[in-house]
Amino acid sequence: MANSPIIDTLKKTHILELLKDGKRLDGRSLDQPRELSIDIGVIPKAEGSARARLGDTEVVAGVKVQPERPFPDTGDQGMLMCTAEILPIAHPTAETGPPTPDVVELARVTDRGIRESKMLDMKQLVLEKDKSVIGIFCDNAVTDHDGNLFDVCSYATTAALNSCKLPKYEMKDDAPVKIEGEVSDPPIATLPVSVTMIRIGEHILVDPNMDEWTCLDARITITTNSDGNIVALQKGGSEGFTHEQLTNCAEMSIQVGKKIREIIKTASEGSN
Amino acid sequence: MGGRDTDIVLLDENGIRSDGRKVNETRKVSIKAGVLKNANGSAYIEFGDNKILVGVYGPRDVHPKHMSDTNTGILRCRYHMTPFSVGERKNPAPSRREIEISKVIKEALEPAVMLKQFPRTAVDVYMEVLQADGGTRCAALTGASVALADAGIPMRDLVAGCAAGKAADTIILDVNNEEDQAGQADLPVGYMPNLEKVTLLQLDGILTSDEYKKCLEIGIDGCKQVYEIQKKALQDKYFAKGDQNNG
Repeated sequence: MANSPIIDTLKKTHILELLKDGKRLDGRSLDQPRELSIDIGVIPKAEGSARARLGDTEVVAGVKVQPERPFPDTGDQGMLMCTAEILPIAHPTAETGPPTPDVVELARVTDRGIRESKMLDMKQLVLEKDKSVIGIFCDNAVTDHDGNLFDVCSYATTAALNSCKLPKYEMKDDAPVKIEGEVSDPPIATLPVSVTMIRIGEHILVDPNMDEWTCLDARITITTNSDGNIVALQKGGSEGFTHEQLTNCAEMSIQVGKKIREIIKTASEGSN
Repeated sequence: MGGRDTDIVLLDENGIRSDGRKVNETRKVSIKAGVLKNANGSAYIEFGDNKILVGVYGPRDVHPKHMSDTNTGILRCRYHMTPFSVGERKNPAPSRREIEISKVIKEALEPAVMLKQFPRTAVDVYMEVLQADGGTRCAALTGASVALADAGIPMRDLVAGCAAGKAADTIILDVNNEEDQAGQADLPVGYMPNLEKVTLLQLDGILTSDEYKKCLEIGIDGCKQVYEIQKKALQDKYFAKGDQNNG
């Protein structure tokens, strides 16, 4: 990411030196993500919310629900939109202003993981076909940045959507009216979870922190669903992967994703 | 994927696709190098019904100056769709989608381009989609590689692009627009055939682990086919028989 600090050459050399023995600066094994903690319902005014902290990277995701006019070609489906932004409090190099290509990518990869997994059954979110549907918006605010924003946003979004409560609406005179005091659970079909891996030389590292991120040759973010299928993928960085590395990364994302999904599930259950 | 309901039969009982192709067949690809007078390098590519024009300027001075790097040249890419390239007029302002595609194409080309030789300069790659029909990012990437080579920028390899995907429960090569809209998955691949490196990879849609492996395999295979056409485009321009005036 453009907002990575320039770490001194010594640290970088040290990271590369440790990698030769398969070790990492913070003592993790190569396929081990940082500790993940998730708090559900941290923003009561939002219809759903979650704070996800992965190591020292933290994101707050909030879900807002409101009736929308559907797009002409998808009048039989609800609307879903996920965004992400890096707040200026998150890092000394984070700036206000229009989103940089990095941030646009972050938001789009976050959205794609949720959308393509078909996490929510959008057909159940129609108030009146072609006229009014339920719109679900999940916005991610990065509050602390220590690398790997893709995964933290993925976890916060999945946790927030999974635990949100949808207000009920009824159509009166062609307009949706909220029924106060009535809510329902969202139509959740699967829990998508992304796993980001970077390649430094021949080594593949899961969930890089900021220091490791600045050393990456190439990176890949793979999102899997509850069935262990791959639903979205994004390669980045100024180098490539071999065919074999990509096959291994897919397996790794399925394995690691499984554990992460359990953490998100446990957090959701604890909140109910 | 859009997953929109449609009446189109994506794959008939004989395994033939809606545009007459077999499952492992690419669309017709034709590339012409050196089509613009002013650009340092250029290419025109037709990838099925996609029509894309690519111009390369540079290495040249960097504006704004603060973007320049004393250690290396920088690569700047702009993928842009003309308003008339799609069914409904597209707003000419760059969309978030185009910003993202510009970024992934830049990162797909960077491993191939030897920018270290030109510190403090920029190489600008402009890709203009004149007509779009699914798989434009792969087509634009393919054309951009040829245009960079045409500009005489030192390169380690050409980057070829081709998508694989899934439609009608079948793994297919080179997803067209119809298959993208109504299909189940789209996996665009950018590949350097000599260095054997994948430099662009995205996916939307659901694939099992085995399907992913198969898609990746045929995607890379498609890139190798496209690569031959890229080479031919450059040969046609620079090594045409009896023509000493080019290059």
